[in-house]
Amino acid sequence: MTTYFAGNYDIAVIGAGHAGIEAALASARLGCKTAIFTINMDAVGNCPCNPSIGGTAKGHLVREIDALGGEMGKTADECFLQSRMLNRGKGPAVHSLRAQIDRRKYSDTMKHKLELQKNLELRQAEIIDIQKYENGYTLTTRMLAVYECKAVIIATGTYLGGRIFVGEVSYESGPDGIFPATELGKSLKNLGLPLRRFKTGTPARVLKSSIDFSELEVQKGDEPPQPFSYETEHLGENKVDCHISWTNDDTKQVILENIHRSPLYAGRIEGVGPRYCPSFEDKIMRFKDKPRHQLFIEPCGLSTEEMYLQGMSSSLPEEVQLKFYRTIKGLEHCVIMRPAYAIEYDCVDPLAMNATLEFKDFPNLYGAGQFNGSSGYEEAAAQGLVAGINAALKVLGREQVIFTRDNSYIGTLVDDLVTKGANEPYRMMTSRSEYRLVLRQDNADERLTPLGYEIGLISEERYNKFLKKQEQKKAEIKRLKSTVISPTEEVNKILVSRETSEITTGVRLIDLLKRPQLGYEELKTVDTDRPDLDPNIFEQVEIEIKYEGYIQKQLKQVEQMRKLETKLLPKDFDYREIKGLRLEAQEKLNKIKPLNIGQASRISGVSPADISVLLIWLAQNK
Amino acid sequence: MNEKTIAAISTAQGEGGIGVIRISGEKALEIADKIFKNINNKKITEMKGYTAAFGKICHNGEEIDEAVALVFRAPHSYTGEDVVELSCHGGIYLTKQVLRAALSAGAYPAQAGEFTKRAFLNGKIDLTEAEAVIDLISAKSKSAARAALFVKDGALRKKIDGVKNDLLSLVSHLSAWADYPEEDIAEVTDDMISDTCKNSVAALEKLLASYDSGQAVKQGIDTVIAGKPNVGKSTLMNLLSGCEKSIVTDIPGTTRDIVEDTVLVGDVILRLSDTAGLRETEDAVEKIGVDRARKRLTQCGLLLAVFDNSRELDDEDKALLDSAKDVPSIAIINKTDLEQKLETSYISDNISKIVYISAVNGEGHEELVKAVEEIAGTANLNPSEGILSNERQRLAVSNALNSIKEAENALSFGMTFDAVTVSLEDAISELLELTGEKTSDEVIDRVFHNFCVGK
Repeated sequence: MTTYFAGNYDIAVIGAGHAGIEAALASARLGCKTAIFTINMDAVGNCPCNPSIGGTAKGHLVREIDALGGEMGKTADECFLQSRMLNRGKGPAVHSLRAQIDRRKYSDTMKHKLELQKNLELRQAEIIDIQKYENGYTLTTRMLAVYECKAVIIATGTYLGGRIFVGEVSYESGPDGIFPATELGKSLKNLGLPLRRFKTGTPARVLKSSIDFSELEVQKGDEPPQPFSYETEHLGENKVDCHISWTNDDTKQVILENIHRSPLYAGRIEGVGPRYCPSFEDKIMRFKDKPRHQLFIEPCGLSTEEMYLQGMSSSLPEEVQLKFYRTIKGLEHCVIMRPAYAIEYDCVDPLAMNATLEFKDFPNLYGAGQFNGSSGYEEAAAQGLVAGINAALKVLGREQVIFTRDNSYIGTLVDDLVTKGANEPYRMMTSRSEYRLVLRQDNADERLTPLGYEIGLISEERYNKFLKKQEQKKAEIKRLKSTVISPTEEVNKILVSRETSEITTGVRLIDLLKRPQLGYEELKTVDTDRPDLDPNIFEQVEIEIKYEGYIQKQLKQVEQMRKLETKLLPKDFDYREIKGLRLEAQEKLNKIKPLNIGQASRISGVSPADISVLLIWLAQNK
Repeated sequence: MNEKTIAAISTAQGEGGIGVIRISGEKALEIADKIFKNINNKKITEMKGYTAAFGKICHNGEEIDEAVALVFRAPHSYTGEDVVELSCHGGIYLTKQVLRAALSAGAYPAQAGEFTKRAFLNGKIDLTEAEAVIDLISAKSKSAARAALFVKDGALRKKIDGVKNDLLSLVSHLSAWADYPEEDIAEVTDDMISDTCKNSVAALEKLLASYDSGQAVKQGIDTVIAGKPNVGKSTLMNLLSGCEKSIVTDIPGTTRDIVEDTVLVGDVILRLSDTAGLRETEDAVEKIGVDRARKRLTQCGLLLAVFDNSRELDDEDKALLDSAKDVPSIAIINKTDLEQKLETSYISDNISKIVYISAVNGEGHEELVKAVEEIAGTANLNPSEGILSNERQRLAVSNALNSIKEAENALSFGMTFDAVTVSLEDAISELLELTGEKTSDEVIDRVFHNFCVGK
């Protein structure tokens, strides 16, 4: 078979899922001639699992992507069906936005954006081979077209060597019945990438008219709903409701009787599955005493009758699925349109990458998304953005950017992956960030928009708007410090009603806002000179005032860590040469090759004494 | 470059003599001023380098000791930083009190080899000596690791683990509840948080109080080697001492007296005492010794009863076996290099664990180690009272305590749980520092282990 030369690109992105999209858009927008390859043109930006974007910590990621000029937040806003701010009342660090979205519309919108993007070419092609050549990498497609690319970003999701399991049935496949990438894995292995198998899964989609909603609890969206993007001005109304139901003893019985037919329990799946996304049968087996489990019934879009059963992922045979779904209230007569399945796929050990998401041993080769061992659309998009930005900066001869644990969840995600590795699909959680009160979803723009501007993904216009907002915020804090509220009857009535002590002398507005019981909302009738500002400004100001002590404390910890991160370690060095290091530390350091002392200190198995030894060695070799 | 000011006892001293507490770092002079009252009222911050002053060390309004303060100004000091050396009257108790005063005035306990490390980083030690500095640090960290090993099985570790586990359960519940808002996870209530805080505060305060009693730092299983004269007790003692000595706490000086008789046998630390041979005697002085030895036998944590393979069992041996009934014991039959005359069935009737050795040529050493490890693992030996044994431990516990109190305050003030969680996590990471684990991994592992969360 003869190949033909089909063209060259600065950057090629393999895969047009959530990671590939952000990578390709960032690269093209930074001025690189970019190609994005997808196995199936109708699967661009597909959501093969839940029809929603955001959620705890994931909502933070979407806000951060938006603050850097990424696309996920905007598109989610355009396709939203229902939006809720989760964790209200649990504190600002854990407030997280989540939106149900119309998944077909999301996919179409993203595809169209790629098509319209300058410098970007969207191609339907399966990449079957990757080879190094002097100026980068060559990619060969199934149709034997050869492309020469300066840099390549691998974002293959669950397509790479994908295999689906439903009970005793198993076959090679990507998600949603799309064919998998069967050849590329071998090529990547030959190149020398450390590949391994992970597993994930999804529940069934059932026909809406077969569900009896009459006795189910309804879950409505927030009024008014909030957008993800700092640039979305009008979101519109919530369009759908979700519903809640519960499993029962009968459900459990069906599972227990059929557990031997699960491919996982029968030992046919070798991939490591995520602890947080267990199949329903896993939940039953691991938490035997739990009498019932919650599930959410979520619409997949406005132009479809498919309903998603969140919490009911399974790899049991189709007939068993139907049997156990039908034990659930409201689903007694449900009709399965797509069965639940488990999918096993190839991914890479992220310890082989730098924090830029470039492979240490393969210059100009980057990885993003599920390929890197993560899970979730948002985690994928975040990495896509990082890889896209850095591949472009590298090709352009500019300095690459490392996102840090103290500026973003994006940085935390990447640092966790490349420092601690992933032994199972990695999901973002607020508990993973030690600087939670600083990295909030409300202040993502403050943390990242200046960086996005510097990189070149934030327009002059948007940046000026951002600067103006910061000015207004400063002025508002100043106003709160200088405005004194007199101890009138009206004020004290509010204070008493909020169960906080009355005032007897004039008190500054800022001091009243420090009280946990009071906020802008409670004080609006007595705060008569309040300017008309973007609600996000009020939100940020109120949080910063209330949590000032905690924020200061975390900022101090950030300072200490930053000092360690300025002490850079060499990239090519054999740590076995430093005798004073313990053996375990030598091995870990050699594997991970941390960029600096700070990153080294986060590696499990590297002790404080090892860090001292490294510091001395650094000084000695200055 | 090191923003933390550190302090440690820098002399090896037992009772008597002079004890020196060295404080080094940007704030050394300031910290010294807080605890040192110059007799002529001149402040240490106003003193020039290479000068000395006489005065008193005070802490919490109490005079601890008289002392001489030597002031060194950067870069003209051992570490190249500002340094104050406080020379006081010495003695474990007094010297530790002075160190404590320095730490509560804002200094941090120095890490293993840290003064030398700073000296090196500040160019006070020649580059060619780097290797030696690295060796020093890794040697010290090894001995600290051995101390930590001890902590692992000890009563202290259990107490700290108890508090740590309570806090981890609470924080992982808070995390699961925050990270999986739509899962069926029980709501965390104010009461749950305040109950855990209250219990943890009580436990940690008790620990701190035990340290404050100034109890001598003695670690390891109180072990007695007993047997009739000439059975080979001292040889055995030397054999055991020869394996690994220097099980020390990381405060220089406090341990010198312990080092002599504390040995690491496998993973177990034994505090050995050799006893006078057990025999009936008319000699008044020897009788006192024998009586003492008998008394020790009944109080020790582990008895190594030694018998002579080359002699027949006699009444003294039988008396020893009689005492062995009440304490965890190992029968050691020595001198296997000589012809056997000993009838062992009587011994095995009384002590189930028997080891044959030849202390002279080292045979049976491995079996002995195994026996000690086994008995230490099963006999529920309580090597110490579970007290804090050094300043670093004390500071970590005290910091953890403060963080928990901060969480309690935040809760009563009506702050949201995310803020409360941050303080609780600080407390956990202080406690984890004692055991070398890492916080966020621990919490997340527990979320997945204890809660049924999914998609």
